[in-house]
Amino acid sequence: MLAIDVKDLRKDFRVQKNREGLSGALKDLFKREYREVRAVKDISFQIPQGEICGYIGENGAGKSTTIKMLTGILVPTAGELKVNGFVPYRDREKFVNGIGVVFGQRSQLWWDIGVIESFQLLRKVYRVPEAEFRKRLDNLVERLQLGDLLNRPVRKLSLGQRMRCELVASLLHNPSILFLDEPTIGLDIVVKTEIRDFLMQMNKEEGTTILLTTHDLQDIEALCSRVIMLDDGRVIYDGGLDELKTKWSKGREIQFQFAAQTPIGKLQMLTEGLEVSWTVENELTAKLFVPHEVSVSEAMARVVGGADIRDIKIFETNTDEIVRGIYQSGSADAEAAKKEVASS
Amino acid sequence: MMSAYIDFIRIRFLMMLAYRVNYYSGIIIYAINIGAYYFLWQAIYGDQESLAGFTVPQMTTYIAVSWMARAFYFNNLDREIANEIRDGSVAVQLIRPYSYLLVKMMQGFGEGAFRLLLFMVPGLLIVCLIFPVKLPTDPAVWLIYLVMLFFSFLINSQINILTGLFAFFVENNEGMMRMKRVMVDLFSGVVVPIAFFPGWLSAIMEWLPFQAITYLPSSVFTGRTPLGEAGSVLGLQAIWFGALLLPIWLTWRAARKRLFVQGG
Repeated sequence: MLAIDVKDLRKDFRVQKNREGLSGALKDLFKREYREVRAVKDISFQIPQGEICGYIGENGAGKSTTIKMLTGILVPTAGELKVNGFVPYRDREKFVNGIGVVFGQRSQLWWDIGVIESFQLLRKVYRVPEAEFRKRLDNLVERLQLGDLLNRPVRKLSLGQRMRCELVASLLHNPSILFLDEPTIGLDIVVKTEIRDFLMQMNKEEGTTILLTTHDLQDIEALCSRVIMLDDGRVIYDGGLDELKTKWSKGREIQFQFAAQTPIGKLQMLTEGLEVSWTVENELTAKLFVPHEVSVSEAMARVVGGADIRDIKIFETNTDEIVRGIYQSGSADAEAAKKEVASS
Repeated sequence: MMSAYIDFIRIRFLMMLAYRVNYYSGIIIYAINIGAYYFLWQAIYGDQESLAGFTVPQMTTYIAVSWMARAFYFNNLDREIANEIRDGSVAVQLIRPYSYLLVKMMQGFGEGAFRLLLFMVPGLLIVCLIFPVKLPTDPAVWLIYLVMLFFSFLINSQINILTGLFAFFVENNEGMMRMKRVMVDLFSGVVVPIAFFPGWLSAIMEWLPFQAITYLPSSVFTGRTPLGEAGSVLGLQAIWFGALLLPIWLTWRAARKRLFVQGG
């Protein structure tokens, strides 16, 4: 069964235009002008149950708007939308019982009361039976190590502590789909890792479907088998992460450290005839970029044969660079993007 | 689910307790207001026995009771809603399986209950000691007044919610909220009883919900409106409560359609 089924989803916003200057302000007073902004442009995708899917894109690409439509906060302008068998905005109160949502930049706990009181209130809001609530809370508290935080007021928690509490709050009613909107924003690496491990484990044990937006591609690499990439309101990539990498990575980089000063001219001579390029890092180190079409062993052999080498390191193109390349080109068409990157 | 709504009342009540300083200063402000209006009306009456059908003791009681009632029904729901819309935290409210507006109403009631018990009751005792206030002796009047007071709260909160929801449609509804506040205080009869309004204005008032907030209940409490007619006052309050549900529902529906959550 599909957890999320989206077809030709569209969202337009009406944004007020502010005219310039005093006369503009006066005109605005009597007649407002509006501009239609299309934030999400007829996107379609399907997510089966139990999948962890990453939803990435630049700021303003329409990620949050999509999440807000999927969670029933926003009403779409057009298109079909089914989450957990519900049309989110239509049966909002019933629908939200089956989902959990964490907004990294917004707290859903009550600021002034203790964490445990917030949880108790959520228990009543979601009508979770006391016994079940206890069991679930104990389990979550243990896995996220919240023990001594429970009695503190939310405003006295650090960001990392708060985020772990937010996760618990979104999971108390045992939702089958979890939406995470930038859950690791601003967190240190230890907490990030903890949260990733926890999500992974939960997905494995309970089969929770997770849709996650993030700017931290390590989140994606650690968690997601599938990525949906958005640009300017359109889906520009939808598929596996490995596939994305192989399709998009342009080659690898080899860093050489030489025993003696080696001029770039000499290095270029060595690799004459191969489609590779050199960049000098300092007097003794240089980097060689080897595209996939060129065999690494041949390029290496030529350099090793012609220069005295102390050390060699090989770098795979990392996801960050790949994604940056796609963002810059703004297209899912790998060929076009490659050209773009190559020419820049 | 009901227990969750009741919890919202309880938690707001406890939060009010936690921020006690606001509450002490509130008592002083209300005492000053009642005192100021008392002396003002003293000066206006001079040596006249009654004005617009109000005798001096009736007026004194009217002022004291109206201000104390205001302490109960007054709340900042308009500002809270507008702020939540403006900073986008309304999004978090919408992922919960409850009615946002009902929760707001409950929070307002928690605040009102706090003020009723820790503000209105002791305040009224103090006012009775300082000023010649004559409270009714018939328990039936007290009882029916309590019911009316509850309706005052409902109607006033409905007006607040409606004002707050306008934040969905305009960038800044600060001005509207201020205007509403002045209108409610003036037209509900807290500042000047509606009997003192010029004929055309009091005729208009009869078609607006404001007088059902203070003027009509206070008139019953001070005995200007006999108990026999209290039923029609209650009926009018109930009608306004019902009538205001419709614009709130329509505004909320329209707002959901064009909701634009600020800040990503």
